[in-house]
Amino acid sequence: MRDRFSRVLSQCSADYAEIRFEQSQTTQISYRGGKLEEVSRSYSSGGNVRALVGGGWGFACFNSLERLSHYVALAVRQAKLAKGEAFELPRREPVVDVVEGRVKKDASGIPLAEKKKLFDEYNSAMLTSPDIQDSRIAYRDVRRRVIFASSEGSYIEQEKPDLTLRLTAIARGNGEIQQAGLSLGSVGDFSAVENLHTAAKEIARRAAALLHAPQVKGGEYTVILDPILGGVFVHEAFGHLSESDYVYQNEPLQQVMVLGKRFGGKHLNIVDDATIPGLRGSYKYDDEGMPAGKTYLIREGVLVGRLHSRETASRMAEEPSGNARAINYLFPPIVRMTNTFIEPGNASFEEMLGEIKEGVYVRDWYGGTSSLEMFTFSAGEAYMIRNGKLAEMLRPVVLTGNVFVTLSNIDAIGSDLDMNQGGGCGKGGQSPLPVSNGSPHIRIRHCLVGGG
Amino acid sequence: MKKQREQLLRLLGSAGKKAEQAEVFAVSTEMAPVHFEANRLKQIQSQESTTIALRIFREGKVGFAVGQGAGDVETLVDMAVQTAPFGPRANFEFPSVKDYPRIDVFDAGVPRLTMKQMVELGSELIARVREHTPDLLCDVGVTRGISSVYLVNSRGGEADWEESFFSVTLEGMLVQGTDMLLVGDSESSCRFSSDVSPLAGRVITQLERAKSTAALSPGQMPVIFTPLGVASALLVPLVLAFSGRAVLDGASPLKGRLGEEVFDPKLTLWDDATLSYRLGSCPCDGEGVPSQRIPLVSRGVVANFLYDLLTAALAGKKSTGSGRRMGDRLPAPGISSLVIEEGRGQFEDMVGDIKDGLVVEQLMGGTQGNLLNGDFSGNVLLGYKVERGNITGRVKDTMISGNVYQVLKEIIAIGSEARWVDGIFRVPHLYCPRLSVATKA
Repeated sequence: MRDRFSRVLSQCSADYAEIRFEQSQTTQISYRGGKLEEVSRSYSSGGNVRALVGGGWGFACFNSLERLSHYVALAVRQAKLAKGEAFELPRREPVVDVVEGRVKKDASGIPLAEKKKLFDEYNSAMLTSPDIQDSRIAYRDVRRRVIFASSEGSYIEQEKPDLTLRLTAIARGNGEIQQAGLSLGSVGDFSAVENLHTAAKEIARRAAALLHAPQVKGGEYTVILDPILGGVFVHEAFGHLSESDYVYQNEPLQQVMVLGKRFGGKHLNIVDDATIPGLRGSYKYDDEGMPAGKTYLIREGVLVGRLHSRETASRMAEEPSGNARAINYLFPPIVRMTNTFIEPGNASFEEMLGEIKEGVYVRDWYGGTSSLEMFTFSAGEAYMIRNGKLAEMLRPVVLTGNVFVTLSNIDAIGSDLDMNQGGGCGKGGQSPLPVSNGSPHIRIRHCLVGGG
Repeated sequence: MKKQREQLLRLLGSAGKKAEQAEVFAVSTEMAPVHFEANRLKQIQSQESTTIALRIFREGKVGFAVGQGAGDVETLVDMAVQTAPFGPRANFEFPSVKDYPRIDVFDAGVPRLTMKQMVELGSELIARVREHTPDLLCDVGVTRGISSVYLVNSRGGEADWEESFFSVTLEGMLVQGTDMLLVGDSESSCRFSSDVSPLAGRVITQLERAKSTAALSPGQMPVIFTPLGVASALLVPLVLAFSGRAVLDGASPLKGRLGEEVFDPKLTLWDDATLSYRLGSCPCDGEGVPSQRIPLVSRGVVANFLYDLLTAALAGKKSTGSGRRMGDRLPAPGISSLVIEEGRGQFEDMVGDIKDGLVVEQLMGGTQGNLLNGDFSGNVLLGYKVERGNITGRVKDTMISGNVYQVLKEIIAIGSEARWVDGIFRVPHLYCPRLSVATKA
């Protein structure tokens, strides 16, 4: 394969070209309506050629390698037509490497019958609560091998296993429907989704309790976010704004996102780090063959870095950060987050809580999205805070705000950093990309809260 | 094409030896998107992919496997055989239909379109919109695509058709200090259109209405949803609730309410897979059941739910031809094109009627709440304040929350001009008497 790719690439007339080829096998199991709904297996193989000519990109993807030189020629033609403003790709030594996935308990090797037995147990655990009308389980494991070859001489093979599980309990009563869920994930390690029987019971109990919970009165509150929701917040509210493809051609936004600018208090540190072993957003090389990095986005409240592809780094005269990723061969790599988190501080949960007269404690996530400046995300679990104490449970709430204001309204950061592995990120039609998010408990003043 | 057809029939034959019934569904797609970023041409792409799905009934149970790219017939059969012991009970039969009514979903103009023409079209759109607002940064996508679909089963059923796809999308951003205004819209159907004026016009209207900002006080107030607003806030919960599967599971608030007046009598809603040149249209669904128009709400009364073969059999109903295939999943009940019947209201009259209120053009995060219950809540990404009968500017830091069933229970007026949103929703303006609005002090 290596010889063939390098031969084709060496004959190509582009300034730069690369081939990505991948093969994957997926197993999916889903439960619905209280029983097993679907078990399916799939395989996929395909690749793409990306070519750069005078600043414009061409991209051709295919299922079969048979006519590889045809697709290379096509990508070059497209790149010539697209010709944009020229730039120099940042120089890096070519890399030749093979990265095997190291998985404790490889999910793809576990028989279907064993997986089904475990999920049957979770399903029964959720259905033991009498108000539960419906239970859903969505499980997926993928084994993927990606080959990357570039005209600069890089040749990298990487194993990229992934696994996700979501459990949802749906309660029904008085014509209303409420739900509670749990999302988990791992780098293909099945043990991450074992021993969840108690958790499955707990989400069923919570879904049933929501039927009797009141709705929050919309308005501004002081809120405490748990590590899961804090992670969603940092991803949605700030992470996307750090992706340089939004910034590099947008001069007014560059003025806003100027390095050295203060965004929050001295206690605020935000990091994106693809080098932490065993997290879903981790890898050794990104989809442009750049080594993964750890990037401080905010250090002591000040903007100090951002996420780059080779192109955005070059155009902004900054260092590449190894953040160009593609969900699969059908798409070109774009600037994405990896494992994004707020570093721990030293506030305790009790201290944060004790100082709040009226507020909301929000936990767990339903979803979230952002439009750069504005972000919104929803909490799966919420409680009123009255006079420094947790009070009644609320229906799910939605939080929204302006990132520039909200980051400076974070007034306490806990010490209990935890990474959530159950999420997936969507951007530019590429969803869901494996990422992880994390945070300690954080407290935010003046946050706009609406009923879910 | 012929070579592929032979391979698919060989797959069906091979599967037939190990199963009581078998079905092969294959889609080959060629897409060519052209992307502009920040007003500049950025990337030209081409994508080719073929997906083959095999569904079998083996020892009374459904097995399922999907393949993309290189892989031989036997691999797929083996994978389907492996899953069958765990699959749902095979409680239906594959349809033996061969003749379907003709539905126009292919425009020969689409494959003839060159990359150069697509680039010109994108440039023209950007130029039109920037004539109005020179500082606007536009991301534009112009995409053409064609798919050929082939479905064949062991009971003699067979369907095959070609679809074309053409879309133009614009997202514009205007940054002033730390204030960001986001505008945007899109147009997509099976047919090529060289006229970008309607799309440019809609974006310019957004820019015009959002020229200044206006402060809104929180509380209950009348709200007008534009067609984009309806699609971003209200339709996803409805799509879920009309699924026969959700009804069967008890996860739909509409369970047990067939024939009941759940909505305002002004509301009539249907699903229609037979409309010419619409993205959701096709001669038959992903299981070979002929397409039809299915009334969902008739003058406020719940009229039908959507069924695929398996769900219909479980519920004791007939398939409505709504078995949709998504990615590498089994067919499941889903919409084709969702159409809300036009009413008699004029947008200007709705605005004129409001003393203090809000127009919602784009809701962000509208689908992140408890959708099953019909709850929606989100940030008004683009919306306008109405004061004494006039739009006075764009609102910021504003959030709306509500429940679809409450909102659609009492509608003051439905607009007389519906339009297509996202290529699959045909929606008019909706004018609602009150909704809860939260804003930052």
